Amino acid sequence: MSDANGPTGQTAGVPAHTGPNEQSDTATGAGAATGSPAAGGPGAADGVEPSGAPGGRTVRVVLVDDHRMFRTGVQAEIGQTERTGVQVVGEAADVDQAVTVITAARPEVVLLDVHLPGGGGVEVLRRCAPLMGDAERPVRFLALSVSDAAEDVIGVIRGGARGYVTKTITGTDLVNSIFRVQEGDAVFSPRLAGFVLDAFASTDAPPVDEDLDRLTQREREVLRLIARGYAYKEIAKQLFISVKTVESHVSAVLRKLQLSNRHELTRWATARRLV
Amino acid sequence: MLRPSGRVNIVGMPEAAAVPLDDPRPPRKLYRSSDGRWLGGVARGLAGHLGLPVIWVRLVFVGLFMADGLGALLYAAFWFFVPLGVGGVDSERAPAFTTETAPDGRRRLVARKPDRGQIVALLLMVVVAMVFVGNVNLGGGAKAYLWPTVLVGAGVALVWRQADNARRARWVEVGRRRRTLTLLRSAAGVLLVTAGVTGIFVLQGSAAHLGSVLQAALAVLVGTALLAGPYLVRMTQDLSEERLMRIRAQERAEVAAHVHDSVLHTLTLIQRNAENANEVRRLARAQERDLRAWLYKPEGTGKDEADEPATLAEAVRRNAAEVEDKHGVPLEVVVVGDCPLDEGLTAQMQAAREAMVNAAKYGGEGGAVQVYAEVEGKRVFVSVRDRGPGFDIDAIPADRMGVRESIIGRMERNGGTARLRAVPDGGTEVELEMERAEKTS
Repeated sequence: MSDANGPTGQTAGVPAHTGPNEQSDTATGAGAATGSPAAGGPGAADGVEPSGAPGGRTVRVVLVDDHRMFRTGVQAEIGQTERTGVQVVGEAADVDQAVTVITAARPEVVLLDVHLPGGGGVEVLRRCAPLMGDAERPVRFLALSVSDAAEDVIGVIRGGARGYVTKTITGTDLVNSIFRVQEGDAVFSPRLAGFVLDAFASTDAPPVDEDLDRLTQREREVLRLIARGYAYKEIAKQLFISVKTVESHVSAVLRKLQLSNRHELTRWATARRLV
Repeated sequence: MLRPSGRVNIVGMPEAAAVPLDDPRPPRKLYRSSDGRWLGGVARGLAGHLGLPVIWVRLVFVGLFMADGLGALLYAAFWFFVPLGVGGVDSERAPAFTTETAPDGRRRLVARKPDRGQIVALLLMVVVAMVFVGNVNLGGGAKAYLWPTVLVGAGVALVWRQADNARRARWVEVGRRRRTLTLLRSAAGVLLVTAGVTGIFVLQGSAAHLGSVLQAALAVLVGTALLAGPYLVRMTQDLSEERLMRIRAQERAEVAAHVHDSVLHTLTLIQRNAENANEVRRLARAQERDLRAWLYKPEGTGKDEADEPATLAEAVRRNAAEVEDKHGVPLEVVVVGDCPLDEGLTAQMQAAREAMVNAAKYGGEGGAVQVYAEVEGKRVFVSVRDRGPGFDIDAIPADRMGVRESIIGRMERNGGTARLRAVPDGGTEVELEMERAEKTS
């Protein structure tokens, strides 16, 4: 059911000064400052409306999903720019469309469905790799899925997505996640944390690259707490570290996940580890 | 060699008394037995069909063999026309060795391996042939033709066996055989046949023309191959294509059936309960879980809810699902690692379930309950956390045994520990730890 949705273009009435280069140094972070929990974590729905952004900042977002109903729903939930600070600047329903729209609209964050006609979310990530690595205006990806399959989730993260949330996420949490990703942080849902712990499980196989193929004790603790439904702020309290440190641990894990060549990660087995 | 795939129903065979069932049983087909066979599985299949002991059928064949080789002809005909199937006589009994009484009256051990059985059968054929030759007075001229004929028979039997094996390998996991072996076998069969035929030629005294005859035969063969080859290739392609389509159709039917049985049913219920938000949520969650299990689980693992969960992950998910259904509060489950359940872990699962029920009952309004289970080495850790108002265990009257008994007490009795704590930002967390029993495997 791919309907040819081109970029919806700049919505009229949006102030012209919403260029991302304006606030390159003002990233105090809606997420970090307010201590909003990792997306998907329970309790994140504490009724605190994200007040758009500090300084009236808006994040420009492209929705990529092959279900029009879902796109419409997300648009309705997060697309009221003055309330949420999120501006939907384009939509796409398959891989080719997505690449075209993303290239044309240059959003800051792309909400990417894992399962897409034409090669899936991974293919979009592959073809948008140069945009991701852009030093000036990087395009960042947040994966959304209804899938529970570990290899799908790990696949898009390894493909370069900065986070993964399930589609059952509330609008508020989704907005928080979008801001978090826009700031360059990683968004780990409890489920993703579980998958990562599984993927980096201690096996007898010696790591190829000691730095990339192992999680440190601290990183493991942080992931465990995420998987147990803790918000970043709560994790910080529990481990007596700052929220920033929690975030840097999570980002480090994300980096390892994307760069590790470890056999278990590259050929993710669906079978669960029976210890 | 193409075997007609039509099933042969031997007319006039008495049907065994059918077991009275609710639905009429399809008429029984005659198959050649694919297991425990000596040669082609004909005798076994027939015996299974007629409800007779195998040995009788075999003896009858041997007896008929004495009658101017009629048995051999009959056997060959059956082998050629009757499709290979599963079953035959008491296929559920498959000891490693059984004693079979050979037609020559000696009891011998026959291994239930096709190769061994085949060799034995071939040897027996030779023995019986000897007896046959000894008994039956053939004309002097005919006697000379005996060995070539035996050679041809043996070769044909080898090739047919190979064809059977190839068929059987499709639906019985015979283990990975090397291709060379199968090729060798077929080649040996062809060689035997060729040798036998050549022998006959030589005996006929047309050895002088052997070369030209062979050339002519070769030419005919090549011509036939050229003419019929494309058709044969096309036919096999069509057949495999058709099989693929059939498999696809079956898959589709299965999906359709599942969607029809569960998803449509739930959607109807949701429409009916549209004004009851809690019920709608519960139905949707339950259906989602069901569908996920069906889509993402590998075949044959916990698809049927009836059996007891065998592993920890399974048990945690099952418990969470039941609590969710009963109390209408979503439980998010994350499991890292997995292990088989033992006695201690079963107790831990019961305690965890109790914790889930408490969390759903008293902390459900704070949003989803988060369940986390992890197997790390010998330690199994389960945490259940809610974001409800929280409670103080010391404030609970002593006569309320819920938490104290069914969670803490149960864990401690089984050598584990349970910790309840209030989470700083609201909510309660129950942490259960248990050592796994030593691995037995």
